[in-house]
Amino acid sequence: MDFLIELLISTLIVVGGIFGLVGSFGLAKLPDLMTRLHAPTKATTLGVGAVLIASMAHVLWDEGRLSLHELLITLFLFLTAPITANFIAKLYLHTEPNLAAKLPSATTEYGWANFDPPPRSGDDEPDSLTGPRRGD
Amino acid sequence: MKPQPGGGRDGKGSRSLFARLLPHPLLTLTVIVVWMMLLNGFSRGGLLLGLALGIVVPQLTTAFWPQRPRVRRPLKIAEYVLVVLRDILVANVKVAYIVLFRSNSQLRPHFIVIPLEIYSPEAITVLAGTITMTPGTLSADLSADGRSLLVHCLDTGDRDGEVAGIKQSYEARLKEIFE
Repeated sequence: MDFLIELLISTLIVVGGIFGLVGSFGLAKLPDLMTRLHAPTKATTLGVGAVLIASMAHVLWDEGRLSLHELLITLFLFLTAPITANFIAKLYLHTEPNLAAKLPSATTEYGWANFDPPPRSGDDEPDSLTGPRRGD
Repeated sequence: MKPQPGGGRDGKGSRSLFARLLPHPLLTLTVIVVWMMLLNGFSRGGLLLGLALGIVVPQLTTAFWPQRPRVRRPLKIAEYVLVVLRDILVANVKVAYIVLFRSNSQLRPHFIVIPLEIYSPEAITVLAGTITMTPGTLSADLSADGRSLLVHCLDTGDRDGEVAGIKQSYEARLKEIFE
């Protein structure tokens, strides 16, 4: 039994390592910033996830208690990874020359938030992001 | 968004004791759960401190929460999390495959536009985050009026299918949860 658990844990760690490596390799290999962003936001998630599961399994088997820090790390990772990626994507939209003209246009008359100002409050709009605030 | 009882700053005197003590019950619960997870073990003292934090933190930060997210169907969140986890698993393998075995010239990266049917900022934030974490897609920008989302695809031959897939598997579920 000991052997099986150890095998499971080491497999998870190796899988985690492989995905981490692939994510970093993709970062170097893919052609431009937007495609490069795909590699680290995804491939590394599973890499870190596998290592965290291995860590939980190890603590559970070795010390007989449930460790919850790993779940918190996953939570923080899921909170921070998309936001960081979004910041970098926004930076790309700003720095790439003539990109605004090449983007597909939004479904309504307003453009993308990076380039166009939001509709003024008072326009006849339902409750969208810029809708009337309560309590004022 | 309709005002909730005890949610806004309107009429301080009319708010009930419960609303004054816990201006944001959901945040209180989150703070307590995260605190207990940080402690990584159960103790009565720890729970008491977590409870105190859960009451003090929302009170101090209440000015930053002009609108509270409403969660209509909490049970649907579990289903959503499972769907997203499965998709993340698939996404990882798919992106790893593309990185390792496709040459750059074979990639078909595109920007696509997703018209939004959800209005609550929390739902849109969760949707944008989910899109970034799942197969070959990355949310890049929101339109100025918050009605459509700009998404970058790593490799796609079928842009309309991609949009329909995201709307069906994530947006429809978020609409049920938040609105």
